[in-house]
Amino acid sequence: MTVMEQRGAYRPTPPPAWQPRTDPAPLLPDAEPYRVLGTEAAAKADPELLRRLYAELVKGRRYNAQATALTKQGRLAVYPSSTGQEACEVAAALVLEERDWLFPSYRDTLAVVARGVDPVEALTLLRGDWHTGYDPYEHRVAPLSTPLATQLPHAVGLAHAARLKGDDVVALAMVGDGGTSEGDFHEALNFAAVWQAPVVFLVQNNGFAISVPLAKQTAAPSLAHKAVGYGMPGRLVDGNDAAAVHEVLADAVRRARAGGGPTLVEAITYRVDAHTNADDATRYRGDAEVEAWREHDPIALLERELTGRGLLDEAGAETARQDAETLAADLRARMNQDAELDPMDLFTHVYAEPTPQLLEQREQLRAELAAEAESEGARP
Amino acid sequence: MTTVAVKPATMAQALTRALRDAMTDDPSVHVMGEDVGTLGGVFRITDGLAAEFGEDRCTDTPLAEAGILGTAVGMAMYGLRPVVEMQFDAFAYPAFEQLVSHVAKMRNRTRGKMPLPLTIRIPYGGGIGGVEHHSDASEAYYMATPGLHVVTPATVADAYGLLRASIASDDPVVFLEPKRLYWSKDAWSPEQPTAVEPIGRAVVRRSGRSATLITYGPSLPVCMEAAEAAKAEGWDLEVVDLRSLVPFDDETVCASVRRTGRAVVVHESGGFGGPGGEIAARITERCFHHLEAPVLRVAGFDLPYPPPMLERHHLPGVDRILDAVGRLQWEAES
Repeated sequence: MTVMEQRGAYRPTPPPAWQPRTDPAPLLPDAEPYRVLGTEAAAKADPELLRRLYAELVKGRRYNAQATALTKQGRLAVYPSSTGQEACEVAAALVLEERDWLFPSYRDTLAVVARGVDPVEALTLLRGDWHTGYDPYEHRVAPLSTPLATQLPHAVGLAHAARLKGDDVVALAMVGDGGTSEGDFHEALNFAAVWQAPVVFLVQNNGFAISVPLAKQTAAPSLAHKAVGYGMPGRLVDGNDAAAVHEVLADAVRRARAGGGPTLVEAITYRVDAHTNADDATRYRGDAEVEAWREHDPIALLERELTGRGLLDEAGAETARQDAETLAADLRARMNQDAELDPMDLFTHVYAEPTPQLLEQREQLRAELAAEAESEGARP
Repeated sequence: MTTVAVKPATMAQALTRALRDAMTDDPSVHVMGEDVGTLGGVFRITDGLAAEFGEDRCTDTPLAEAGILGTAVGMAMYGLRPVVEMQFDAFAYPAFEQLVSHVAKMRNRTRGKMPLPLTIRIPYGGGIGGVEHHSDASEAYYMATPGLHVVTPATVADAYGLLRASIASDDPVVFLEPKRLYWSKDAWSPEQPTAVEPIGRAVVRRSGRSATLITYGPSLPVCMEAAEAAKAEGWDLEVVDLRSLVPFDDETVCASVRRTGRAVVVHESGGFGGPGGEIAARITERCFHHLEAPVLRVAGFDLPYPPPMLERHHLPGVDRILDAVGRLQWEAES
């Protein structure tokens, strides 16, 4: 065969290792955030679930207000409020089965409480008496993670381990919009997709990373779109529509449990309060913006739906308020008691067995405490 | 009684055997990292494990060290005992936040409720002609992080014993493998492995009366050679192999220095802010009245790790060690 004949027979082929791509279309999020309340989808929502969500939202709002008040009284060192984000916090806790795991960030104490953890134990980190006040294994809630997005790979590893052991367990991991810029967010999503780990990632896009708005955080079409790059579905949901958040998360949990792999959910919400009690939000945003979001308040949206359909009357609303007051009063009373601290505990759990060096240092502190007690005793 | 022939084995073989035995004894032990599966690791330490135990027990992960360690944390939370391989010393740095903020703190943060039994294997140190980012002596970073154990073997038998002990530990262990000793050989039988060594005990590798060389990992053979060469100068040097930087064995170190009255700390890590400063301070605090001379350090220079064609000038060698020994104020003796 001549060279020209060979050329004639030549058909261009793809590079040898090239594989046809997964069709990205099914992974893409909807154009608009999914909503239930005030739409036709609301008719299909379970009235019992809506009432339960309402009661938890009202409690959650009161919990946020009480915790913020405790910072003013010096009973909490700091409180990052989730006021305005209660729908996400509550739905994240309610979609999980007992055997599942929740991986919260520092702003998610409400989700932790809604999952069943004692509020006083959930708040020890922010009171400052111990980093994690609850036993993570009791309610299957990982410690609150302060370093951003670093809890996400933990959720992936735990879910992967459960699957290896043949356990029917799903992990739900929470992160904010700022956290999606962290490397650990990327690595966690990539590992989860490669391993098809039963994980749900819930991004609460509340508009701000402390003071920095989303536009300075990402140029992605939406945070949910990031899922496509990892080969997992991205879902966009109205984060203030508790019924919608619950439905989308429940779908993702079901999918994960059935072996369908991870999902990234972006919930569009708003941080009504400042970053923490120590922050001044007026330096980076206007009142008009906050007011617009107050019109789209998660409790108001759900209340409108429930009253419109005759599922909630004044007596029902009053019961929810009373339950919330009971929670707040209990929290207030217990947080107003001084934490019982034993400085010797500092050395107890650094290692399974203290090193010889720590044993020496423990004795040093013991002696210092004894001297302190003696001088206090000698004071007239 | 049958006798098992004790043949020379390499440190690499002993490490592989330790992983294999740990995986056999305990189904919760999982090996994970870059290239650890099909390839058996770039140093072949995990050779054959994926074939023997399956890819779920010896897993090729995506190429992301924070992700590897972060997911290992989650696996340990769920009752597994992960053994993570970081491919090289300087490639472990992306995992630093997971290590410092979570691995080291989880037990303490949760008041003992959530211990993390995981082992992080890191090939470290120079002397193999590696190009940039393949030869760092990174031990000081880990030593400075409370909550971690930091262990490094210098012999074939210790490689097996200490790795078994590290995997069995309920605390996280940074297990530093001196990569230039991977191919060092010793009489050691995989069929009759030595008993598992406890973590935290140093050992006197060579008894002597004149001065103590305190070292670990890659610098042990150099110190042993220096001790032999020192005989010609009339010095009878003792050599202490620390084996564990955390916990630190003050007892063995101080007992030796009290006997000899002189000490030189030898390591590849830079001297400024390196382990030698801590060790010298501990000796001075505890043995001041036994010392005939200041504790000296022979360390790597305080510079970014050199290109391979210059690394011999950087690494502590026999001459530099003997020079330091010569400066231990012997005049007072004569």
